[in-house]
Amino acid sequence: MLEQYLPIGFMLLIGIGFGLVMGKVNEWFGPKNSNEIKLSTYESGMPPVRSAHERISVKFYMVAMLFILFDIEVVFLYPWAVNFRELGWFGFVEMLVFIVILMLGFLYVWKKGALEWTGERTKTNNSLLNKKVV
Amino acid sequence: MQVGLTHFLIVSAILFSLGLYGVITRRNAILVLMGVELILNSANINFIAFSKYGGMKLDGQAAAVFVIILAAAEAAVALAIVLNIYQRFKTVNVDEISKMKE
Amino acid sequence: MYDLIFYFFALITLGSGAVVVFSKNIIYSAFSLLFTFFGVAGIYVLLNADFLAVTQLLIYVGGILVLLLFGVMLTNKVIDVELKTGTLQTVPASMIVAATAGVLCGVFYITDWRIVPSTMEMNATTAELGNMFMTTWLLPFEIASVVLLVALVGAAMIARKDKSMQN
Repeated sequence: MLEQYLPIGFMLLIGIGFGLVMGKVNEWFGPKNSNEIKLSTYESGMPPVRSAHERISVKFYMVAMLFILFDIEVVFLYPWAVNFRELGWFGFVEMLVFIVILMLGFLYVWKKGALEWTGERTKTNNSLLNKKVV
Repeated sequence: MQVGLTHFLIVSAILFSLGLYGVITRRNAILVLMGVELILNSANINFIAFSKYGGMKLDGQAAAVFVIILAAAEAAVALAIVLNIYQRFKTVNVDEISKMKE
Repeated sequence: MYDLIFYFFALITLGSGAVVVFSKNIIYSAFSLLFTFFGVAGIYVLLNADFLAVTQLLIYVGGILVLLLFGVMLTNKVIDVELKTGTLQTVPASMIVAATAGVLCGVFYITDWRIVPSTMEMNATTAELGNMFMTTWLLPFEIASVVLLVALVGAAMIARKDKSMQN
């Protein structure tokens, strides 16, 4: 009975073991000749402008919420898809109703503009640029 | 002693108590939410344990799926409220938020 | 073997659950919540609920936990002292909780549960559950979508309301 979960257990062990071993091997055998430039955040790019430890935008929260919506949709789609043939058209219509109702929420969030990714910062930057040009 | 229904129920009872302790004592609203999640999980363990040992086939499991989904909806709405409160009062300490409006 | 696995998962669940509740740092709490959910998923597997275990990992670990972490990041500055959150009423709370736990455990232990020997083999529950959602549990299934719609619209409104007010 529990034997059928053995592959998952092996997968977990291999995953954890691989992570630990690779980290440790790097620590033991890797050369350690680091200088200041190498330790900077973006080694060959721009210097970081602000602290990374500030609060993130509410928009990320909206995306996470939409993700949960579709997560739940998948959870219900899967057992339906397993016996799709038995349930036939009746099951299909039921699922269609379910998905359409969930899609209404998605459309609402879309209409509300929560997915527009142009934040205020770029907007103000643009206006500043325009002023300079004028 | 063979692991049976009682063992699962006791695990869920302890998990419930931990969640209750978190809800009562923590000041941070998000930690209160985490306590609620623990409580919902313990309820789910009960549902599924009785589903297996109580001979009611899979009805308990179906109920547990809906509990998980309601937990997701609850977390989404509650965190939205917490975010709104934070924007308004600049704190998520549930003791300081005692007014309905500013 | 079954017993050993049970104690392993019970230990993970309760240990990390205790860290969630007692840790002073909210980030530690959030991440040990991950292990609690994982331990509960393991217990589901032991209880012959494979679909539930996967659902637990998908929705709790993949969704709710991310949402909670976003909540933490949106309301705290990560290097702030604020991250250390206070507790209150520790003594009366521990008394009440200890009493609750004692009563619950006692009742669960004393009660002579009528255990029906499980007739089903430990096989995949997904197909059976799918059938149930489409027949016996059809109404809750459709209502769940309405609840999710309402929750999404409400959360979207609440989370974004302030922005329009500031402008």
